[in-house]
Amino acid sequence: MFITVKLTVLLLGLSFCYGRRRYHFDEEPQPVRASKYGSLWPLPQAVKISEQSFKLIKNSFAIVDSKESSAGPSCSPLQDAYYRYYDYMFGSAKHRGLSENRPGGPAELSELQVWITSPDSECDSLPSVSSDESYELSVDQPYAILKAPKVWGALRGLETFSQLVYEDEYGTKTINSTAISDFPRFAHRGILLDTSRHFLPVKIILATLETMAMNKFNVFHWHIVDDPSFPYMSHTFPQLSKQGAYHPYTHVYTATDVQMVIEFARLRGIRVIPEFDTPGHTESWGNGQKDLLTPCYSGSAPSGSFGPVNPILNTTYDFMNKLFQEISTVFPDAYIHLGGDEVDFSCWKSNPDIQKFMDQQGFGKDYSKLESFYIQRLLDIVTTTKKGYMVWQEVFDNGVKLKPDTVVHVWINDGSNEIGKVTAAGYATILSAPWYLDYISYGQDWKNYYKVEPLNFNGTEAQKKLVVGGEACLWGEYVDATNLTPRLWPRASAVAERLWSSKDVTDINDAFSRLSMHRCRMVERGIPAEPLVTGYCTHEYRGI
Amino acid sequence: MFITVKLTVLLLGLSFCYGRRRYHFDEEPQPVRASKYGSLWPLPQAVKISEQSFKLIKNSFAIVDSKESSAGPSCSPLQDAYYRYYDYMFGSAKHRGLSENRPGGPAELSELQVWITSPDSECDSLPSVSSDESYELSVDQPYAILKAPKVWGALRGLETFSQLVYEDEYGTKTINSTAISDFPRFAHRGILLDTSRHFLPVKIILATLETMAMNKFNVFHWHIVDDPSFPYMSHTFPQLSKQGAYHPYTHVYTATDVQMVIEFARLRGIRVIPEFDTPGHTESWGNGQKDLLTPCYSGSAPSGSFGPVNPILNTTYDFMNKLFQEISTVFPDAYIHLGGDEVDFSCWKSNPDIQKFMDQQGFGKDYSKLESFYIQRLLDIVTTTKKGYMVWQEVFDNGVKLKQDTIIHIWKGTEQQYQNEMARITSAGYQTLLSTPWYLNRVTYGQDWLGFYKADPQDFKGTEAQKKLVVGGEACLWGEYVDATNLTPRLWPRASAVAERLWSSKDVTDINDAFSRLSMHRCRMVERGIPAEPLVTGYCTHEYRGI
Repeated sequence: MFITVKLTVLLLGLSFCYGRRRYHFDEEPQPVRASKYGSLWPLPQAVKISEQSFKLIKNSFAIVDSKESSAGPSCSPLQDAYYRYYDYMFGSAKHRGLSENRPGGPAELSELQVWITSPDSECDSLPSVSSDESYELSVDQPYAILKAPKVWGALRGLETFSQLVYEDEYGTKTINSTAISDFPRFAHRGILLDTSRHFLPVKIILATLETMAMNKFNVFHWHIVDDPSFPYMSHTFPQLSKQGAYHPYTHVYTATDVQMVIEFARLRGIRVIPEFDTPGHTESWGNGQKDLLTPCYSGSAPSGSFGPVNPILNTTYDFMNKLFQEISTVFPDAYIHLGGDEVDFSCWKSNPDIQKFMDQQGFGKDYSKLESFYIQRLLDIVTTTKKGYMVWQEVFDNGVKLKPDTVVHVWINDGSNEIGKVTAAGYATILSAPWYLDYISYGQDWKNYYKVEPLNFNGTEAQKKLVVGGEACLWGEYVDATNLTPRLWPRASAVAERLWSSKDVTDINDAFSRLSMHRCRMVERGIPAEPLVTGYCTHEYRGI
Repeated sequence: MFITVKLTVLLLGLSFCYGRRRYHFDEEPQPVRASKYGSLWPLPQAVKISEQSFKLIKNSFAIVDSKESSAGPSCSPLQDAYYRYYDYMFGSAKHRGLSENRPGGPAELSELQVWITSPDSECDSLPSVSSDESYELSVDQPYAILKAPKVWGALRGLETFSQLVYEDEYGTKTINSTAISDFPRFAHRGILLDTSRHFLPVKIILATLETMAMNKFNVFHWHIVDDPSFPYMSHTFPQLSKQGAYHPYTHVYTATDVQMVIEFARLRGIRVIPEFDTPGHTESWGNGQKDLLTPCYSGSAPSGSFGPVNPILNTTYDFMNKLFQEISTVFPDAYIHLGGDEVDFSCWKSNPDIQKFMDQQGFGKDYSKLESFYIQRLLDIVTTTKKGYMVWQEVFDNGVKLKQDTIIHIWKGTEQQYQNEMARITSAGYQTLLSTPWYLNRVTYGQDWLGFYKADPQDFKGTEAQKKLVVGGEACLWGEYVDATNLTPRLWPRASAVAERLWSSKDVTDINDAFSRLSMHRCRMVERGIPAEPLVTGYCTHEYRGI
């Protein structure tokens, strides 16, 4: 039986349609009514919430491994998560009083038992694109049960459980009897951060991962280097960051930093896919690696400036081979993102050695053939590392020969035509075109992100299955640690629900109500997620 | 002799013009060269920086009252500021080691002497629209001297002094020999925050005031109540916030909160002007004050919803009289902002009692006459409190009779329209304040500070006398999409562009020079703990570490 979760108004930022100075927007009608799904975000695939409610007593409630579970006390993703979610539900575990261990009363829920059902819990594994994130959650007496084949589903279910808890009118933590069966619609649900245009301290990357877990995102696409700076500290080529970072000590990611990010992500079921974008977007690489970039010419003499990676030198491929050997070891995910976007041909065109090479190869004046030549050799190199690869759509557009398991990343215009083409050619694809969150405009732009339907393109069912997911991208021109978090959240949350929930979850009023409460929950958890519109949270953000 | 301040590149976020994914913007050309004015923001009226430089030693440098100064140890705005700026220049004063008191070496600057030259320093006064904020700063051996007629100029000069300090290649705090003579172009340089659409905790209001001082803003326009909520706790009408705030305890400003904001602002030379906007924008007032708002009708029966303040009841004016008596006491500034914008007539039109009143008064169907009737009576009430008033432009447009010292606040229209409005207002002899080009709640992609920077409040057709009636401007951050989670990076450094336009000389318009100084100024704000967002791709030596 479905009911409206009581007292959700305590969390819900009320919304008004007042006229506003200077510009009167025709806002979409906003609901005053709370969703029958409370503050659940993203909405699970199947939810039944009944009227019966139970109290959760801070001093006696416990999250424990079920006896039948294949995961035990040594399962760090789970054990860490138990503490994390206890904290989120009750405030810091450190302030927990002595447990009274009294038996739960008739209206009390005393335990959440977590039961990993598969013999291999994958506690010590890395998440992957084929990880099972499904779970089933039953909240009932005498205890709630969270069943999941793997640890990844249990992590998602713990977040869901914490979202079911609310405060009654006396401030008591309360949960309704609930049955949930859940799994993600898409396997790849990512956030792209750009640490080249602005350096992002590790602390804010970790805060982003933490918030991603609250939104069931599972891929951190780390656009780690680009034209402006090279903050990745390579042990094979230390000069790259020494010369190419904004600062060789304060604006770099050490090996320890990278390991910390990867493990912090793994514990939350999040993959870390690094992007080392070539042959364009590499200006900062040239500072620390002589002869890597193409010297541009002005007339018959070098101009002193440099263009994309120089594709005609063997030293280039020796360098790439060594660098990607290192990268493939440092970053354990099965995929690497190789970039390949926005290659500017003007420098190549100016260079007489390049022109000669073009003639020798019979490329004529078609510089996209030269680009393909480079990418082809790069792909061969990366293939030897046993990694799969992701590339931006230009690589596909230019007809480069790709391995069948290549993932083509669509980012130009609205992407729907391109997705049709990519999938018709049999490649897997992920969508980012409608989700460039660095683009800002006035008003509730989350609705636009929310309304996107990734499978809304002309294609067969087989083609649609090749869409593995999407990524919200926060490019770094105008974003650094000062404004990243409120710019990303809750706008990325709209993408999170689109990628996790069922295709038919499209009620914008219901979404507004749940998302308002979800954003207040993020704020309560210490994340400065910005408001959707006029209103308030019970607990406002207290930082600056 | 003018030179480029050395090593400013250490602070300056380098700027690039890389192609970017998906959209290539034609960005304004950006400088790679640092400004010869270093990181000064807003740029003083006259600056001479010479090549000679001095070291500032943390353990021996001191900011002290000059012997001739009319202000002494009891002058709290100055004494507080000495600590504040010592901290900003050297890190926390608490960590200061024992002073060695050794005489300054030949290349050391040991003291900044602050000399208030006027017999009345105004240490214990409130800043006002006529406060003297001028100062003269001389950085030379054996000590630097900051001369100002009043404490307000000294506060501005201390900020400027702190902006002259930079680190040399060994990390030593360094300052060049400098002579500055400075004063503001406009007397009223404000920031509007809206605490009704979202409640803003006092902490973030104080952080905004602190940052305003770094930018030489001097007015906090507190748009404290509006339709969505009434967070001001009135002692005369406690029901207003009990019923009208988002929450009667957690989302209100107590008397103590208000006093704290006012004193924190005063210590920084900032006025606090509250706005109690009527007769529109008052929906939240109706929760706690019965019969204050006009009942709207649907056909011949009340619809249950309410419109603007009911202007035909005597009880309305009794209420306003008591409320504004309180407000005029709680907020000591000489001005109150009375709002008066965006009155929606549809509810008045629906109400038969209002229609009858219109007939009796001979207003016909012209509801702006009814609005004027209300405003006129409100102004009479406020006049008895001895306060001056500011109003939004509609009040002038509707022909309400105004006192000669009324300030008309412009917020509507295109550039052409607001410039025409300024001409009309000033030709009628009224003072005016510009906000139209500075609605910072409106966001667009890219470096929108350039647009804010280019607007000039005196670019309209009018006589010199008319131009003098422009008292300044305000950057407005309306609250629909802003709360404590995103306010600071949305406001800064975009409001800094407005700050320079309102302080510096009219001919300070070099976008490249501004970009260089503003990049460094924003990194300085970040170093001081303020999460001011980046202008564009680049970095600060000390990045923000919060989330």
